[in-house]
Amino acid sequence: MSIRGRAWVFGDGINTDVMAPGLYFKAPMEEMARHCLEAVDPRFASEVRPGDIVVAGRNFGVGSAREQAALALKHLGVGAVLAISFGRIFYRNALNFGLPALFFPAAGEVRPGDLLEVDAVAGQVTNHSLGRQYSVQSLPPHLMAMVASGGLMPYLKARLQGQSG
Amino acid sequence: MQHTLAQKLLARAAGRSTVAPGEIVTCCVDLALLLDSGGPRRIWPRLKELGVGVWDPERIVLVTDHFVPAVDAESAAILRLTREFAREFGIRRFFDMQGIGHVVLMEQGLLAPGMFVCGGDSHSSNGGAYAAYVMGLGAIEMTGVVVTGEIWAPVPETIRVNWHGRFGRGVVAKDIMLMLCRELGMENAFRVIEYGGDTVSAMSMAERAVLTNMAAELGAETGLVEADQTTLAALREAGQEPPADALQWRSDAGAAYLAVHSFDAAALEPQVAAPHSPGNSAPVSACPPTRIDQAYVGSCMGAKLSDLRMVAEVLRGRRVASGVRFLVAPASQQTWRDAAADGTLEAITTAGAILLPTGCGACAALGAGVLAEGEVCISSTNRNFKGRMGANSAAVYLGSPYTVAASAVAGRIADPREFLT
Repeated sequence: MSIRGRAWVFGDGINTDVMAPGLYFKAPMEEMARHCLEAVDPRFASEVRPGDIVVAGRNFGVGSAREQAALALKHLGVGAVLAISFGRIFYRNALNFGLPALFFPAAGEVRPGDLLEVDAVAGQVTNHSLGRQYSVQSLPPHLMAMVASGGLMPYLKARLQGQSG
Repeated sequence: MQHTLAQKLLARAAGRSTVAPGEIVTCCVDLALLLDSGGPRRIWPRLKELGVGVWDPERIVLVTDHFVPAVDAESAAILRLTREFAREFGIRRFFDMQGIGHVVLMEQGLLAPGMFVCGGDSHSSNGGAYAAYVMGLGAIEMTGVVVTGEIWAPVPETIRVNWHGRFGRGVVAKDIMLMLCRELGMENAFRVIEYGGDTVSAMSMAERAVLTNMAAELGAETGLVEADQTTLAALREAGQEPPADALQWRSDAGAAYLAVHSFDAAALEPQVAAPHSPGNSAPVSACPPTRIDQAYVGSCMGAKLSDLRMVAEVLRGRRVASGVRFLVAPASQQTWRDAAADGTLEAITTAGAILLPTGCGACAALGAGVLAEGEVCISSTNRNFKGRMGANSAAVYLGSPYTVAASAVAGRIADPREFLT
């Protein structure tokens, strides 16, 4: 489960409302995702590329239960989220959509555009631009299988098939 | 071994004799709250994809609140789908346009000490005022809940927050929460906040729910208040007989808390949170004079009957300042009826405030009352993130209903104590 991409760097307390603004709540995901994080970085939604990695400070995803916050990142192709810490519902939502979210205490060392590589299962982050490697807490063991299978939906499908088979 | 209330509630839900902080447990869900926002519109397509129905329609409460009343074809379609879901799956407890879900659960007596509840909204922690463990979750996990009736939960550490003494005039539970967002910070994942002390014991359920609701802003797993006679009386008033073991749902004396904080209620001033975070708060006396365009009283946090009575108390014999629009959206139809019966609504409208339909409305930029670029609003709601109530450059300040009403009269952010005798 190795993900390679450029870093998009954000500060502390990035909340769910700026990832999925209420004004676009009723709009299809394509439209909502275009406004993802625009209040913080207007270039993000148009310039982020599949596999890019969001790096943030403390309490990333604080706020609402709106799953569209994690979904918008996933829709834009974000490969993983590294943060010093997470808002609890965002963290759960991200993993349930198969979007790896890892606690990364060294987030402050990452510069915008750095080439990062993340192995969520092994718990390893490499900053190729800086030539540094970090061991981080891997995904929680009880969620590893779910995230590896792509999230809660594939996991539920397998569970339901297991019951009927 | 002594245990916290959170440990006891999770042990019961997990079918275990005890649980310890740091463990992950699988809990059986007693009640699932689905709202129109993250409910059927996001869950039903997933049920179809999985080819399954709901695990137990009797354990699901469905409420329309985020998109009511419909303001455009999109919100109308979401509401239609929500109503079809209720019919399709035989959801008997479907409350359509009756109020905001967290308040409806209280009014209907659907929460009781000892329960384990999941809600598809971050402010589900509101229900922790009833000594029930209520987890806020996203729609993806609520999908799992309505399919399996189960959810995983981390067993949290508990921070105990005691308040002692009596509030000064014009100070209420909301001021406690704005102050705690600053003092405790908003980063308390894997922790529960348990409120106690004689100040909390003396509070009504409506005020206790202010404390537990805004545990979401503290970032906590949930908020809790231990069961007592006030809890039982509220259940009886809602027409429900409390469970026989209701009063056992308290932390043991000597239970291990991560931290215990004690505060003096008499020393607390009215608080105001400046843009763009509830933690960006200060005593109102330290807030520079700030002109406002809008004052808003609404949401699950700040528009219950007791909140509307605070507003009326300030407004009686006064007028909303010229150039300010003061919008008031009662939290439920029951709130509306009660506030109409006791003269509260009349006092509010006579002063020039404008009543809006019950619903989440402007709090989340979904309904009537959203803000334009550059506008300034003071609000009785629980969140003031950038763009939360409309345009990104709008400035939202948070205060108690007293402070919001005082500011509406003054035309600037004002200390409610100047308006109360």
